[in-house]
Amino acid sequence: MRFVLRRLGFFVLTLWVALTLNFLLPRMMPGNPALAVIGKFRGGISPQAVKVLEAQFGVGSHQSLVSQYFSYLGNVATFKFGSSLTTQPGASVGRIVLDAIPWTLGLVGVTTVLAFVLGTGIGIVAAWRRGGRLDSIMPPLFVIMTVIPYFWLGLVLILVFGVKLKWLPYFFSYNYTLTPGFTPSFIGNVAEHAILPAFTLLITTIGTWILTMRNTMITTLAEDYVRMARAKGLPGYRIMLDYAARNAILPNLTGFAMSLGFVVGGAILIEVVFNYQGVGYMLLQAVNNLDYPLMQALFLLISVAVLVAILLSDIATAVLDPRTRGAK
Amino acid sequence: MAMLRAPRGPGEPGSGTEPGQLTPLVIPGAGGLPTGLPLAGRGGIAGARALRRMARAITSNRKATAGMVLLVFFILVGLFPGVIAHDDPNAETYRRFMGLSLHHLLGTTALGQDMFAQVVWGARPVLLIAFGVGVGATVIAMLIGVASAYLGGVWDGGLSVITDVLLVIPLFPLLIVIGSYLHGAGTLVMIAVITATGWSYTARQLRAQALSLRNRDFLEAARVRGERSLYIIVVEIIPTMTSLIVASFLTNALYAVLFSSSLQFIGLGDPSVTSWGTMLYWAQNNEAFQVAPLWIIVPGLCIVSLGAAFALLNYAFDEIGNPALRPVRSMRGNRVKRPG
Amino acid sequence: MSSAPGNGVLFPAVPGHSAGAVLQVRDLSVEYAMDRGTVLAVDQVSFDLDPGEFIGIVGESGCGKSTLLFAIAKLLMPPAAITGGSVIFKGRDMVGLTDKQLAMVRWKDLSVVMQSAMNALNPVKSIGAQFSDAMRAHGVTGKAEIAGRSAEVLRMVGIDPLHLKSYPHQLSGGMRQRSMIAMAMLFTPELVIMDEPTSALDVVAQRSLMVQIKELQEELGFAVIFVTHDMSLVSHFSDRLMVMYAGQVAELGATRRVFDSPLHPYSIGLLDAFPSIRGPRVPLTGIPGSPPDLARIPVGCRFAARCPKVMARCTEEYPELYRVDGTLVRCFLHAEGGAGRD
Repeated sequence: MRFVLRRLGFFVLTLWVALTLNFLLPRMMPGNPALAVIGKFRGGISPQAVKVLEAQFGVGSHQSLVSQYFSYLGNVATFKFGSSLTTQPGASVGRIVLDAIPWTLGLVGVTTVLAFVLGTGIGIVAAWRRGGRLDSIMPPLFVIMTVIPYFWLGLVLILVFGVKLKWLPYFFSYNYTLTPGFTPSFIGNVAEHAILPAFTLLITTIGTWILTMRNTMITTLAEDYVRMARAKGLPGYRIMLDYAARNAILPNLTGFAMSLGFVVGGAILIEVVFNYQGVGYMLLQAVNNLDYPLMQALFLLISVAVLVAILLSDIATAVLDPRTRGAK
Repeated sequence: MAMLRAPRGPGEPGSGTEPGQLTPLVIPGAGGLPTGLPLAGRGGIAGARALRRMARAITSNRKATAGMVLLVFFILVGLFPGVIAHDDPNAETYRRFMGLSLHHLLGTTALGQDMFAQVVWGARPVLLIAFGVGVGATVIAMLIGVASAYLGGVWDGGLSVITDVLLVIPLFPLLIVIGSYLHGAGTLVMIAVITATGWSYTARQLRAQALSLRNRDFLEAARVRGERSLYIIVVEIIPTMTSLIVASFLTNALYAVLFSSSLQFIGLGDPSVTSWGTMLYWAQNNEAFQVAPLWIIVPGLCIVSLGAAFALLNYAFDEIGNPALRPVRSMRGNRVKRPG
Repeated sequence: MSSAPGNGVLFPAVPGHSAGAVLQVRDLSVEYAMDRGTVLAVDQVSFDLDPGEFIGIVGESGCGKSTLLFAIAKLLMPPAAITGGSVIFKGRDMVGLTDKQLAMVRWKDLSVVMQSAMNALNPVKSIGAQFSDAMRAHGVTGKAEIAGRSAEVLRMVGIDPLHLKSYPHQLSGGMRQRSMIAMAMLFTPELVIMDEPTSALDVVAQRSLMVQIKELQEELGFAVIFVTHDMSLVSHFSDRLMVMYAGQVAELGATRRVFDSPLHPYSIGLLDAFPSIRGPRVPLTGIPGSPPDLARIPVGCRFAARCPKVMARCTEEYPELYRVDGTLVRCFLHAEGGAGRD
């Protein structure tokens, strides 16, 4: 229990840091970004939006930094993120973000879990069957797989399967001439559009899981309790799963959480390459259009999502490893 | 100040041997570690030995050799691009989208630049960023990790929390946000930003190793001699961690290559600098798919190759440090010659 | 051709084995494939074990005793492999059998106790779960049966059965070790192999654990192979003592004989290292030098470089095991006794 409480405290602390970073960054940059925005949109922003901007960036405000900070925190707590400056001008940022979330969750969430499960499984089996030529070739192969930039693989796949072979669509999350709805044809279309981006994400992330699981398994297989399990005459699969994998996966769960930050980064790039209108794509649009309110909200969302995922994996570790409960 | 535990002699409880027990009757010969008062700068000697061992390990491990060859190749390209490619990469002198020919080994871009020259000259900024971040992030990670382990107590707690928080905040979105505020980051700024956000990963590893070293005999001897903490840290601890420091450099360099290319690809880099990432940015914005697929393929392959060089070296170091990970050899044909 | 009853098709019988012995090890050799060359860790070791007999195997670190133990139990892992000889257990040669074939024998007839229970017990499973998966692997499936037997063996070693629910890290060192021994008793095997089970404990716990083991042995009648570097401890409990050096048997005989009047210069050196509490004060002598590098085995007797009684012959010829009364010694000093095996 104490373990979980400590992680919860860490979660709150990091959340606070993310919030504060979001608040401080624009104020620390050379020149005030808000002024740049206002200048760019000369007359194109509603006075209301200007006011929000000023509050968010401290332009021409007579409040002290501290009180600006607290009103910022208050706004965040009540989900007042202001209006977007460019995407459907005047639309609430909250609305835009909410629309984008399911796409990202679907694509990235499902693919990441799949990559982790598959990768861990392959890693377990790879460590169990060591020796032979496969063992010397495979790891370097997977190492190289992990250094492929997400976006480049996406581009290459588009080149091959989208442009040259014309097998799969590669633009947007569905054919925009169709009307969205829960019809089978629409869902089928969505699935079709998701294949290439999902495949890209899968290939680039699975290598890491395979390698780390294999390495921890190999170390675990050398442990005395695995030898003991053999001595007891337990069947092979039970030793592999119950004794080796269950112990080997523990450090990987923490690693999974740690690397979620990278996965998110990769997801952003993939959404950009495929014009998949999820959270990452919106973030980049916001960046390119200097749509700071949208950008800040998205950054917060991403941070919170990662933190929550990490908290969940910590809880999973507590459940799976009896040593973390109770003592310490 | 951290208290180093006094090491236990044989026969004392907790030392692993009990009185009357058969302690190893071996008086250490050439194979064992020297006993007696450790020499000053023993960490330095260990460091030199470690470097020599590393050199030998690199040549014997195939992955390491491959990685080293690739890395050296790219360094040479980065140092002498003019020797290899004769065109100015930024000069828009040719026709657009020319095909492959002897003059233009890779054709030309949408702006009439020679693609081969771009690829060759593009290596330099990438290498600069890789080495800049590799060294910078490692130095910061070292300082914070070792200080945290050595100082202990409140310092350790505080620095660890900072490290962990930075570790957990999603880096890429943060880089995007910072990048957007900075409007097109040049090479130096990119190095600074990636370094400032990326040191936390290796800091953790270095701290863990420094912690395990804290109680070793030769450090205790240095303290007894009255050396100052800074001396101990710099002269004794750090050289012993040589292999981990090298691994840290490789990891940071690798991520610098990938992150910087990604940032450049989305247009947050300096568009006037020719590097592989910016090439891909221009490629995507200029219909390269239809007309010049090489524009997409080649710079990406270069990124993969350079990244692979760092990753292979890193992986090989992993194997060298942990022999259990090495490929398992078979027994056949290797029997011992025994007397008749 | 005699074959043990109930053999069936799976286990080919070995002709000519003496019907009494529970274990016969013949010329067993183990090699490690290392980067710097092949290391001969165990060199043609042979001995017999009768039912209920307690044999102690002693030697310094690196002499091959643990490797020998794991070879007998077929628990070696690459890069180690058995490269010669046979291990005949209850009439079957274990060396050629696969893990699947061995599973029938494992734990039911032959169990293992390892050095550190903290490392030998699965940290994420409760004690009870580790007992029950051993039983279920051998066909015992009734929950009541499993619970009953688990509680019974725990009581045998003096642990309250409510600890079946505990995890290894929740028990004390001594309790962990004893629960490992209890686990080894689950099927009342004929042979229990122990690899330095007392080394991780303090002196008092060591003694009480040894007494416990001896009591169990007398009550249940299993044979024991006990590997340790603590000669004085094991000599109080063993019937026979085997001294190993550099992968070979240096001396093998009845405990009292070997302990009171050792024949091999190495055994003499080992015993001289123990000051006697009651005897006169003598200067402690160690054995200078270090064991040979097993990747480059020297010509002649492996102990020659450190032997105070070395002769010219020792660096030229390879000594066999010579019989002196009931003891086997690998030393030219006793070559008149005639080469022979037990």
